[in-house]
Amino acid sequence: MEIDWGWIGEHTSDLGENALLHLRLALLPVLFGLLISLPLGVLCRRFGWLYPPALTLANVLYAIPSLALFMVFIQYTGLTPSTVIIPLTLYSLSVLIPNVVDGLGSVSEPVRQAATAMGFGPLRRLVRVELPIAVPVVIAGTRVAAVSSISLVAVGQLIGQGGLGYDIVRGYQLQFPTQILAASVLIVLLALITDGLLVVLQRILTPWARARGTS
Amino acid sequence: MNELWNQIDLSWSWLTSAEQWEGANGIPHRLWQHLIYSGTSLFFAALIGLALGLLVGHTGRGGFLATGLANVARAIPTFGLVLVIVVIDYSITPVLIALVALAVPPILVNTYEGVRGVDADARDAARGMGMTGWGVLWRAELPMAMPLILLGLRTSAIQVVATATLAAYPGFGGLGRYIIDGLARNDYQLVVGGTVLVVALALLVQSVFAVLRRLLVSPGLLGTARS
Repeated sequence: MEIDWGWIGEHTSDLGENALLHLRLALLPVLFGLLISLPLGVLCRRFGWLYPPALTLANVLYAIPSLALFMVFIQYTGLTPSTVIIPLTLYSLSVLIPNVVDGLGSVSEPVRQAATAMGFGPLRRLVRVELPIAVPVVIAGTRVAAVSSISLVAVGQLIGQGGLGYDIVRGYQLQFPTQILAASVLIVLLALITDGLLVVLQRILTPWARARGTS
Repeated sequence: MNELWNQIDLSWSWLTSAEQWEGANGIPHRLWQHLIYSGTSLFFAALIGLALGLLVGHTGRGGFLATGLANVARAIPTFGLVLVIVVIDYSITPVLIALVALAVPPILVNTYEGVRGVDADARDAARGMGMTGWGVLWRAELPMAMPLILLGLRTSAIQVVATATLAAYPGFGGLGRYIIDGLARNDYQLVVGGTVLVVALALLVQSVFAVLRRLLVSPGLLGTARS
């Protein structure tokens, strides 16, 4: 297979624009997913009966092919970015909810008791002690959700939502592998960079792990 | 809500009409294609993911590399991979390769984490009982890692079943055919009908793994292992 480097050179700005749009379509869902699963995870810890149904629902949603989920939403949200963002948000929940719950579960009982003994009320204990301790597990889930989301957005082109999926479909229609390949490689790069940034974020958020040399 | 019921009603009549159950575009044939694609790719992914995960977990070497590779593989856009190789070589093989690439990471990472997470005392005990490296792997580490391994296999299986719908885009059939055709013709009945079938298949996969869990996981672990 011949890669047409000339084409890539001429289209760097188009590819860059599509990459930015791609990133926005992929990462907004992860952000929304976090905003939903953090409180939901806390509720699941407090009210144990809530967890199994929440998890089952998230798992069932996960089983719906992205393409089909996009299609179902078209009728309600039309051919807009929401039609991609809402389904991807739902997907991210299936990774994020269990990770938030497990992360909070990783807080050891002595730590919890120590916080209470220091006079922390439930809310302050949650924000100042339990959530920070849960950060590594939550970020591990966020990394998986972000990377899969970046890879999945490409399918959104089938309902015309652009991003690098546009180049993949266009390259297929024109039987022009260079365009598909360039877009695919860019997607992988975006995913790797995002993943790396999340690792950095985790280091910043958990300075104690570094001090102990166990990061 | 009314509209939703309407849709469910329409797809139900589509699913139950006799013509959908025969011929090359009938549900049994499409379902069979879908199962073959998913089954084949899951088989190879399990072969690769289990072998690598057990090896890396058991020896404790290359863990960083393995999880790193798995994360890179997760980033590969299945859709792009399918189409680029289909353009070069029009056959079902590219679709299967893409599905394998999609399915390996969860299996690999869970197997590795499962084996690595085995209690060091239990490992020492197995060695102390005179087990060789293989013995420790097969009779101590593998059974104890089984809950996580099954979880990884289940995640992969569900992802593969859902993603195999993409095989229909370059024209290889499977249950995605209905979704892609429905999209092209603005026929929601077809889209929802196809979706219902894929979701049903995914739920079936879930229950198969629930059964496997009962059969393969030692009862001693079920009480404490995370699911």
